[in-house]
Amino acid sequence: MNLKTECVAMLLAGGQGSRLGALTKNVAKPAVPYGGKYRIIDFPLSNCINSGIDTVGVLTQYQPLELNDYIGSGQPWDLDRASGGVHILSPYQQIEGTDWFRGTANAIYQNLHFIERYNPEYVLILSGDHIYKMDYSKMLDFHVENNADCTIAVLEVSMEEATRFGIMNTDENNMVYEFEEKPEHPKSNKASMGVYVFSWPALKHYLIQDEANPNSHNDFGKDIIPAMLNDNKRLFAYDFDGYWKDVGTIDSLWEANMDILNPKMPLELTDPNWKIYARSRALPPHFISAEATTKNSLISDGCYVAGNVTDSVIFSGATIEKGAKVEDSVIMPGAVIKSGAVVSYAIVAENAVIGENAVVGKRPEDCDDKDKWGVVTVGPEYKVEAGAKIAPKEMLSI
Amino acid sequence: MRSKNIMALVFANTGDESLTELTSFRTMGSVPFGCRYRLIDFMLSSIVNAGIYKVGVVTKRNFQSLADHVGNGWPWDLARKKGGLCILSPYSYAEKGGVYKGKIDAIYGNLLYLENSTEEYVLITDSDFVVNADIDKMIERHAQTNADITVAYKSGIEGKTFIELDDDKRVSAITVESEQPEMGRNVIVPMFLMRRDLLITLVKNAYRHNYIDFELDILQREINNYKIYGFEIKGDAMLINSIQSYFDANMMLLNKDFRDKLFEPTRPVFTKLRDDMPTRYGYDAKIKDSLIADGCVIEGEVSNSIIFRGVHIEKGCKVENCILMQSAHVGKNSTLAYVVSDKNVSIKEGRTLIGFKTFPLVIGKGLSV
Repeated sequence: MNLKTECVAMLLAGGQGSRLGALTKNVAKPAVPYGGKYRIIDFPLSNCINSGIDTVGVLTQYQPLELNDYIGSGQPWDLDRASGGVHILSPYQQIEGTDWFRGTANAIYQNLHFIERYNPEYVLILSGDHIYKMDYSKMLDFHVENNADCTIAVLEVSMEEATRFGIMNTDENNMVYEFEEKPEHPKSNKASMGVYVFSWPALKHYLIQDEANPNSHNDFGKDIIPAMLNDNKRLFAYDFDGYWKDVGTIDSLWEANMDILNPKMPLELTDPNWKIYARSRALPPHFISAEATTKNSLISDGCYVAGNVTDSVIFSGATIEKGAKVEDSVIMPGAVIKSGAVVSYAIVAENAVIGENAVVGKRPEDCDDKDKWGVVTVGPEYKVEAGAKIAPKEMLSI
Repeated sequence: MRSKNIMALVFANTGDESLTELTSFRTMGSVPFGCRYRLIDFMLSSIVNAGIYKVGVVTKRNFQSLADHVGNGWPWDLARKKGGLCILSPYSYAEKGGVYKGKIDAIYGNLLYLENSTEEYVLITDSDFVVNADIDKMIERHAQTNADITVAYKSGIEGKTFIELDDDKRVSAITVESEQPEMGRNVIVPMFLMRRDLLITLVKNAYRHNYIDFELDILQREINNYKIYGFEIKGDAMLINSIQSYFDANMMLLNKDFRDKLFEPTRPVFTKLRDDMPTRYGYDAKIKDSLIADGCVIEGEVSNSIIFRGVHIEKGCKVENCILMQSAHVGKNSTLAYVVSDKNVSIKEGRTLIGFKTFPLVIGKGLSV
């Protein structure tokens, strides 16, 4: 039996992230690199420890090998604890048979016993798909003050965008009276961020009830929240006004990286009191040679830069050779841009190689047909041949 | 890496007095080096890369920064149940020792640590050399020659202690030159490998005679009684024994071949992590041949420089041939050349600070110009 824990976080990290194509062919979405040295999952994990939540279950399912390896003992996030800490929870065989996680709610249901071991008062449900910094302890305070059964973090979006989100319709006290999934005519612009605080008895009750319903999708948004509203439970919306980005598509992942280059962006990564922790390799500092130019860019440890880099994010251990040109691009760990290559508006994934004088992507202003323009993706380990021309929007994968 | 039946003792304070500009409040081992490292990182990494996982770090004074840096040894994989990293401070064993005078004294003061260990061999090292040593090869050589003691050396570099070798590489003489360091001879790179019980015997004996100097009073005196062999270090090795050698060794890192050998990927150099974000370059940043750590914001011009973590160089600055340690802030339109700034230095707007190649200008920790 573990010591009593006030709040256990359950981080849903099993998503395939199929819209990221080549980037998630061999890794789960939360393990996708972001921001020069991070991976997406560093954000919720760092938020947890910075919020004082030190018991975290990470639910993995799709391609978990790299993610499990990355999380390891949890040491980089100070989550290697004698009591609590980070635990990888994957589907497992039970006496009734083996079952994959069927939905977000089912994934938590299958791990009820894990939560029970800590006997918490509250359970925080998180997803490993978003880039944001958030103090969950404030949300927890809000939940306690309202004597709520469930509190859902919401972000105000534009009315047009609201049609793509789960929308909370609330009264003047932020109490939720209605939830609409991707409404055609939204009544409110409070979009669910996929961050929930539940009082543990309520969560347990509704998960068990939901599991018994054969028609359920076993999903928090589609099933659990509506069922609780139906029973007039106390659901509250917690307003979040910081930077939050779902990086589920190539475009949004690219944008989220470009956002860090914008000095006015509210995602402050240098705050010593709210560091984003990451597991990093022992790499030497980066070297910028005499021929190089580096303008409005982010460059990480272990890089060797001899080419021209503008408005780009260069991840750990990447090489930009002499005469290569990289603009408005995301160059992931270990990628090599050979001399004379031109990379524009592209995501070049881990250990990919862009051959000499190859041209990858195009600037939008150089594209006659705007519909054909988009960010190019070069998948992990992919080798673009010397002199090759890769059109915008293409997705290359081995 | 298969673990070996070897433990290591790393002396953190050796040579402190030769680099007072940077060691007035820290040990030689915790002198910042190469953008993100401390000098001790090189020896610690060489040791663990050879599969040695029990390391005693012997300290004398000023070791708060060292203790903070090595912590529980995690970055070097030395946070272990069996073995691991242990800081051996003066008075660790009350009745023996205290603040020691030399290596013999220091080992004697920590004799219990040695006696309570079970490893068959001990490797003794200092931390004032920048070297990525293949200690595996040294261990191999020790076995091949059937030596009692193996001493690492390198020829043609600056040094403090010198050895003469016969044709079989057996050490025939050990000398110390207290005047100017000499070039072109076999210089001891302080790594000594021997059986643990032999070290205990030699140290006990030397202590009784009130001997101080490990090299002269033990090795030189015992040269005919024991088989002492030399092991030549193949890669680069640089002694840090003055602000000039410190400056030059840092600048060597700007040479790609040198850097590639020192940071040989199969023998990585580990250090404490700080979780900084990557370095951000502004629109006006102009960088030439510089080595730069994470967590910096660079908006000005930087050439031939070593920039540590968290340094901010504002617009209009020119930083040339400088070493700027952690969290320096260089205000707008300042010009710096041949400057070594210690941690947390602040240079206000429009300042001009020029040292000379053979006389770098040192700005002390936390000072504001």
